[in-house]
Amino acid sequence: MILVVLIAVLAAAVIVAGFVGIVRTRRRPDAEPAPSAVTAEPAVAEEPVVVAPVKEVAPPRLRDRLGKARALVGGYLAELRLRAAIDDQVWDELEEMLIVADVGVSMTATLLDDLRAQAREQAIASADALIDALRADVAERLRSGDQALAQVPGDRNVWMFVGVNGTGKTTTIGKVAEAAVADGASVVLIAADTFRAAAADQLGVWAERAGAQLVRGQEGADPGSVVFDGMDAAAGRDASLVLVDTAGRLHTKVNLMEELKKLRRIVDRTPGALKEVLLVIDATTGQNGLAQARQFSEAVDVTGVVLTKLDGTAKGGIVLAIQHELGIPVKLVGVGEGVGDLLEFDPDEFAGALFA
Amino acid sequence: MFDALSNRFDAIFTRLRGRGRLSESDVDEVAREIRLALLEADVNVGVVRNFIARVKERATGSDVLKSLTPAQQVIKIVHEELVTTLGGESAKLTMADPPPTVIMLAGLQGSGKTTAAAKLARHLVAQGRRPLLVGADLQRPAAVEQLRTLGAQVDVPVSSQAADPVAVARGGIDDAARLGRDVVIIDTAGRLHVDEELMDELARVHAATRPHDVLLVVDAMTGQEAVSVAEAFHARVPLDGVILTKIDGDARGGAALSVKEVIGRPILFVGVGEKVDDFEAFHPDRMASRILGMGDVLTLIERAEEAYEEDEARRAEEILRKGEFTLEDFLGQMQALKRMGPLKSIMAMLPGVPKELKDADVDDGQLQLVEAIIYSMTPEERRNPAVVNGSRRKRIARGSGRSVQDVNALLNQFRMVQKMMRQVGQGRGKGRLSLPGLPDLSELESLPGPPVDHRPG
Repeated sequence: MILVVLIAVLAAAVIVAGFVGIVRTRRRPDAEPAPSAVTAEPAVAEEPVVVAPVKEVAPPRLRDRLGKARALVGGYLAELRLRAAIDDQVWDELEEMLIVADVGVSMTATLLDDLRAQAREQAIASADALIDALRADVAERLRSGDQALAQVPGDRNVWMFVGVNGTGKTTTIGKVAEAAVADGASVVLIAADTFRAAAADQLGVWAERAGAQLVRGQEGADPGSVVFDGMDAAAGRDASLVLVDTAGRLHTKVNLMEELKKLRRIVDRTPGALKEVLLVIDATTGQNGLAQARQFSEAVDVTGVVLTKLDGTAKGGIVLAIQHELGIPVKLVGVGEGVGDLLEFDPDEFAGALFA
Repeated sequence: MFDALSNRFDAIFTRLRGRGRLSESDVDEVAREIRLALLEADVNVGVVRNFIARVKERATGSDVLKSLTPAQQVIKIVHEELVTTLGGESAKLTMADPPPTVIMLAGLQGSGKTTAAAKLARHLVAQGRRPLLVGADLQRPAAVEQLRTLGAQVDVPVSSQAADPVAVARGGIDDAARLGRDVVIIDTAGRLHVDEELMDELARVHAATRPHDVLLVVDAMTGQEAVSVAEAFHARVPLDGVILTKIDGDARGGAALSVKEVIGRPILFVGVGEKVDDFEAFHPDRMASRILGMGDVLTLIERAEEAYEEDEARRAEEILRKGEFTLEDFLGQMQALKRMGPLKSIMAMLPGVPKELKDADVDDGQLQLVEAIIYSMTPEERRNPAVVNGSRRKRIARGSGRSVQDVNALLNQFRMVQKMMRQVGQGRGKGRLSLPGLPDLSELESLPGPPVDHRPG
């Protein structure tokens, strides 16, 4: 296939270039475009803002954290709930609400088809009851047996964090590390993002703050070697939790996905150590999130989703489609910049927030 | 990029083309399908509603339905409306006179501000400007470090001396005057649009620096949220334009359509890859054509202009004139082709390429394998592949570490191209330029000459 593509593109390119040549001779060469001299590869994305960790009083609840942001869209369903009859307009508005929450066209159709059937069977008559039924259905779909993060006491537990650029992998790892150290775990952070400028420095700040050990390589070094060294260091230190920070990569880049597979294989050399492969997804992500989950899962067998930046107005509805189509559960939710702002995922609260 | 969206439009229009007359219910059906396609592409619900209303109103006009080619008319209307939604004319940065021009970047966390700042700096350097990068992101650990590293890569100085963002930004402008820099690019911290405190800070940086261009950096993978983000930022710091990042993935790019429509500010640049020079000016009309599967020949020509050295372009012209094409030319052209960017992205710019080809998993690393085969041939074989008999094939296969089948495939394909080139050479100026598996490229002939290079030599 590559050959056919190459030939087609090449042929076209030659023809285009031929014309360029003709035009240039016609125009007489004057200003030649300077060839690009810069070949270095920079990083692509940023990680979220981090402020000094907030001392937490009680574990925050998703609902509390979302309060302010939700107030902006809150009036939406309240008005709908007051409708006496369920007419086409109610269905249209429910559809629009789900789409606005980034649930996606086909997942929305699935949800509403089921809801129609349920409404017929149970003779649901008010918009209010209809919304409650939908909310319960959403929560049920998001509930799954393996929502807890796998961590075996006395064992070496490796969690690998993957995702596209700028979703918040490094920040999430920092928060997980801080919480784990506070729980008495011995934590090693492996900075396998050797691509983005200063990514290891960023993780280093977190390691210092949390009191975890950092293993890093030179910028541009082979991430595989960093993971290898990190696993070594973790063994030497008998660390209980090892967090691997990988470089953000678009799931469409074949080479980078191959590199990720290789990193996983290196971790797998310690049999049974890899407990979680967590895909970090930004709540503002739209339908592309499903493609991300599919590709990353194919490459490294993702075990769970971390949904970050849920403290804005974004609702992160794409996780519904991810759970529905790929069976990957959400395990953690990020709702802010402090260490206390990383929460375990609660389907009921999430569904509630979706409809708030 | 935007592949999924253009595939959907392709399917809709293919069906539409098959029809003769269109009834109003046909238009309704097309409108419904376009609505779904846009929603799946993450275009904002409200923007979709307006878009569909406009298309429907124009498409049900009596002259459209009565015309002999109603399908073409409808496609034309959709194309025009897409161009309008994407921003009409290509827009440019406002440059201050006297300098320095101050450009401020803002956006959510992780949208790609720091990288975009460095890419923009490089872009401006290529235009003969002397930018200065200012690292005002004091929130994220090591953000300034990242900017310094990127600044070194693009050979642009970075200023960041002070403890608070407002002072850093102001200091940056002073530094620019001291260092004789004519553009100041301020990289601010990522922030949520609902974070009052940080939005206040952004407004303070804005008030202290009075930027000529405030650019919102938006991730192309953003969903419905793009609109509220853009509105919220626009309300606090009046935006002048948008940089759309990470469009090299398979994101459907709905955010691009939504943001312009809602805040009425154009998309100025797009980030198309991980390297500092993967950064392009945004052209709404070209993007609309690409979304509708009409290709993007103008960008292709521009890329070719940049990638081909003069002698290579002349050589390509010669090939085209004479219709003689050897494997040596093939190698040479392949080098130039590589500089034009990933095969897949070039593919996306060609009009009417069959879907199977567009969807093909193209890994540019495999180009090396093709090269290896050609490098394993003697110069004579490269000039005249006809002499490559069975035993030579075996030798070439061994030398390149590929199979004989691979060598055969290459030679067969090459023969086809050769034939094609001959046809093109003979047919040039007489009309059709046809390539197997490719559309009629004769439209290249009718295009205006490539835009004059505006960069100072």
